[in-house]
Amino acid sequence: MSTAPETAATRGDGATRPPGPPPRHVPGEVGIWVFIVGDLTAFGVFFCAFMYAHGKHRALFEASRRHLTVGFAVTNTILLLTSSLLVAMAVRAARTGSRRWAPPLITGAIGCALGFVASKVLEYSDKLHHHITPTTNLFYTYYFVLTGIHLLHVLLGIMVLLVLRHVTSRAPGRSDTLIVEVGASYWHMVDVLWILLFPVLYLVR
Amino acid sequence: MAKLAAHRQTLLWAAMVLATLVSWSLSAERAFTDSTARTLTTIAILAVACVKIRFIGLDFMELRRAPLPLRLIFEGWVLGVFTVLVVLYLTKV
Repeated sequence: MSTAPETAATRGDGATRPPGPPPRHVPGEVGIWVFIVGDLTAFGVFFCAFMYAHGKHRALFEASRRHLTVGFAVTNTILLLTSSLLVAMAVRAARTGSRRWAPPLITGAIGCALGFVASKVLEYSDKLHHHITPTTNLFYTYYFVLTGIHLLHVLLGIMVLLVLRHVTSRAPGRSDTLIVEVGASYWHMVDVLWILLFPVLYLVR
Repeated sequence: MAKLAAHRQTLLWAAMVLATLVSWSLSAERAFTDSTARTLTTIAILAVACVKIRFIGLDFMELRRAPLPLRLIFEGWVLGVFTVLVVLYLTKV
């Protein structure tokens, strides 16, 4: 199991680049991190607003939470965790300059993302079938808005992953590592948001 | 492929999947007969989520090797959101 830090050694023999990034490296570039920090902050405020409302309406929120199917959310969590692993592996594969593994790994991540979307469609359909809508009560307003905005992030993320699959499967270009790191950073952010959204909405009692 | 998979990230993924299942199990109906247990379990579930997020940031997003200010901003967000969520959860309005 590889746990030692990967460093960029000086190579003079024309061999493929080592897999690890150079030390003290901004993954991608600063702009995506400005976006990521902003988006994380916005969602942080949403989660705190939800928790405040939870404190004011505990009985209502708990009664409403019990109608959520936690199994959908657990499945979604595992799908996004797996997609993040596959994307992280694809980044490491892409850095070697080889086009062999990055594209299928990203395809796998896209598959996980599509599974998430399908699960969400099933979950929303189930709610609507039981006449539960965003206007049913305050809990469900938060539920639909928070998961809905996150779902939009996932849909955008699928398009980002499609771009990454294209970039990693064509002939290498000079900005490829940066593009892959930027796209991967966005995707991991989508995962991070869900990792917190899941317990806040589905598990907090 | 085996070389790509034999990495710290794969181990962390397995641990995070397990943590997800444990969190689900902890929050199940049968676990709560008194409010103290419910409160502590909820805080623990939120803490587990924040630990997961930290590992995603450090090892998947590669912040472990990023400039320190960027890493501190991310870790600060994780700690800040966790703290405010717990305070709000414990505050009876």
